[in-house]
Amino acid sequence: MLTKLKRIIGLLLIVPTVAIASVSEYQLDNGLKLIVKEDHRAPVVVSQVWYKVGSSYEHNGITGISHVLEHMMFKGTENLGPNEFSQIIAANGGRENAFTGRDYTAYFQTLEKDRLEVSFRLEAERMRKLVIDETELLKEREVVAEERRMRTEDNPHALVREAFNATAFVNSPYHHPVIGWMSDINHYEASDLRQWYQKWYAPNNATVVIVGDVEPEAVYALAKQYFGPLKPETTAQVKPQIEVEQRGKRTVEVKAPAELPYMMMGWKVPVVKTAEKGQDWEPYALEMLAGILDGGQSARFSRDLVRGNEIAASVGAGYGLFSRLADMFLVVGTPTKGHSIADLHQAVMAQITKLQTQLVSENELKRIKAQVVANAVYERDSVFYQAMQIGMLETIGLDWRLTDQYVENIQAVTAEQVQAVANKYFKDEGLTVAELTPMPLDGKKPASAAGGRHGH
Amino acid sequence: MGIRTIVLLLSLLVSVSVQASPKIEHWQTENGARVYFVPAPELAMLDITVAFDAGAARDGKQSGLALLTNAMLNEGAAGLDTDQIAIAFEDVGAQFGNSSQRDMAILSLRTLTDKAAFSPALEMFTNVLSKPDFPKASYQRIQKQMLIGLQAEKQSPSAVSSRAFYSNLYGKHPYASMPAGDEESVLQLSLDELKAFYKQYYVAKNAVIVLVGAVDVVEAKSIAERLALGLPAGEPAKKLPKVIPLSKGKTVVIEHPSSQTHIVMGQAGMSRGDVDYFALYVGNHILGGSGLVSQLSNEVREKRGLSYSVYSYFRPMRELGPYRFGLQTRNDQAKEALEVMTNTLNLFSKNGPTEAELVAAKQNITGGFALRLDSNSKIADYLAMIGFYGLPLDYLESFKSKVNAVTVEQIKDAYSRRVHADKMITVLVGGKTE
Repeated sequence: MLTKLKRIIGLLLIVPTVAIASVSEYQLDNGLKLIVKEDHRAPVVVSQVWYKVGSSYEHNGITGISHVLEHMMFKGTENLGPNEFSQIIAANGGRENAFTGRDYTAYFQTLEKDRLEVSFRLEAERMRKLVIDETELLKEREVVAEERRMRTEDNPHALVREAFNATAFVNSPYHHPVIGWMSDINHYEASDLRQWYQKWYAPNNATVVIVGDVEPEAVYALAKQYFGPLKPETTAQVKPQIEVEQRGKRTVEVKAPAELPYMMMGWKVPVVKTAEKGQDWEPYALEMLAGILDGGQSARFSRDLVRGNEIAASVGAGYGLFSRLADMFLVVGTPTKGHSIADLHQAVMAQITKLQTQLVSENELKRIKAQVVANAVYERDSVFYQAMQIGMLETIGLDWRLTDQYVENIQAVTAEQVQAVANKYFKDEGLTVAELTPMPLDGKKPASAAGGRHGH
Repeated sequence: MGIRTIVLLLSLLVSVSVQASPKIEHWQTENGARVYFVPAPELAMLDITVAFDAGAARDGKQSGLALLTNAMLNEGAAGLDTDQIAIAFEDVGAQFGNSSQRDMAILSLRTLTDKAAFSPALEMFTNVLSKPDFPKASYQRIQKQMLIGLQAEKQSPSAVSSRAFYSNLYGKHPYASMPAGDEESVLQLSLDELKAFYKQYYVAKNAVIVLVGAVDVVEAKSIAERLALGLPAGEPAKKLPKVIPLSKGKTVVIEHPSSQTHIVMGQAGMSRGDVDYFALYVGNHILGGSGLVSQLSNEVREKRGLSYSVYSYFRPMRELGPYRFGLQTRNDQAKEALEVMTNTLNLFSKNGPTEAELVAAKQNITGGFALRLDSNSKIADYLAMIGFYGLPLDYLESFKSKVNAVTVEQIKDAYSRRVHADKMITVLVGGKTE
């Protein structure tokens, strides 16, 4: 859930002895972007198609529609029956799936390298020729409702996260969950889905990312063959929906059947895309700050709160510097027995105050930088992850080369900059706190009869 | 439009030809630890896994003992405290890991092979492996954390269903208890028991060392010797008792204030190296092991929209691991979903797959075989499995041909002998189902 250092977007090459990493970039006449990264370690290829659409493109009433459309993309096209896409990929030894986020919807297959054509043929087909069938949609609404029950309704931490985002963000679309509100899930119409598909699924709104044991020019030729003939679309301009300024601390309580208390704290912070001019170091300083607090077992949260005073059973810091819109710096945690949420809150605030008043040590900075450098090598063990980095950056409107600059930018961060962002952003004016108040697990009616109230 | 090619790095790699399966080097250290090594020179990193036959199956009556012992190793070693150990790894960007399941207890290290990083990381890893101090303050803290973890389990219908499944399926067998233990047993554990457990099981003859990364075989031999050096030779763990399959079916219903009912159903399945492994593995792939194209997914999700996730899998272990089925659905649909799942299993057991389904499954498994071995970490996991369970060194090489040899008749035969829908444990955790 949280972006920790090990999951951070990183760079490929620090150690000069590593393999050649060559990336080729192409654009078809219809606007489709193709990025090919060679990785010849194993005879496999990962193929990902990224669309610039996700829950942050949605408005109230149709929340989650990007996600349900992602499900419907497996349910048939003009030339493929329901589920046939998956059957063909399976018969070719492939693994496939898709994921929807706030800022993107992406589809992927992993295949042995000589099967890439299968991926392109099928992805090109569903890029423009999806068929939204009423009956299939009704079934898929049920599947998504079950997914929401599993992920959110019956998961107290997810309920807190949802309440937290809905409180912290007033008009930013990060207000609503990626999977959508249950009421919206139960009321999607086929026409809603068709419009959404028409609006966003087009070659000029897509980036195809290929990583693996391939030859870039051959991939380009294959892309021209299958995606080339597709007509571009006049895609909609998404409105800016810049979050209104927060003018004071916000708190929200969630009561749910649970055994343990839990809290989320978050401060409004900039990300790379929204950093002020001349202040583009700030997201990297925030990233460093997250590392100082929670970058491993030796970091301050583990050392002081889990081990030192044993106030936290678990505590984590999370910040992602790559998103389309301004986001939050998060701290989440559960107190140990004998300690309250208030104790944990206070202990976290003491850590923040320390960051605001004292410079972090050179040793700590060096340790986080060493981890970032090493992770940049480790990340290359996964072709999938390498493709993710490229696709995600491109889709939120950043250059994929930022993965190269990431390590440099982190290495440039100074103790003074960490202190500066701690003072500038960790203020009550931008703070939201959500708390879980555990309710008894037994002797209660099923918590979410609401789930059962849907239907048609 | 134009083409731009960006070459990020100009240093050229000595190209290594990629084989279908990696060639596994295998030897023993002086004191009897078994070593499995695959060179992977492309990335300047090394993955080390040390697996001991010291999982929860060795807990005896002290449920949670194996896990807590494993969790204590990096809390203090060679006179250094938790902070100093963590700093030593993280200063050089090394990633230390420990975990303990039913069969295996694992320590792992991922490090750069650059000498400045590698030497201190390996030294600290060796300390943690062979010179743990078991500091009392850490023991008390981790014990408390385990108790909180057990409390957290209670708020998750999925965790509640898993626990009930194992305890009902395995009864008095060591696989019955959860690696995390239970409140009563965790409270009763003592530091002396942990030390005794470590002394008995964390020994060379009970260990498998796996190395995958940018070192050559000479270096790998020296690394393995260094790792094992501090371990006494000891003895391999004793054989576990056989699992006795259930003689009749049983349904367990646990009320939970959730909007969905989590259903877990199953029986004793198979062991690693099982004679029916390939027939059962390929059979289950068709029934419920192949994601969106499996029979179960088709019946439960595609046709009826009853569940987001529905699966079945064998977890082969030292002794018979579980054959497990599961789904989650709105409480008022639980009965219907369970019926669909059971009927699908019954039909499959009776009729087996069609020839077309078998062909598709083989295509899927063999056509994507390279995907199982496309990273150092995946290869390391396979080596640990091959080494720990004593599978043949050509396990990976012969995998495809063994899958291709499976027939419809063999699947039907194996299912009729080994899978009994009427003798399964069924656990339902959720709200009122009517």
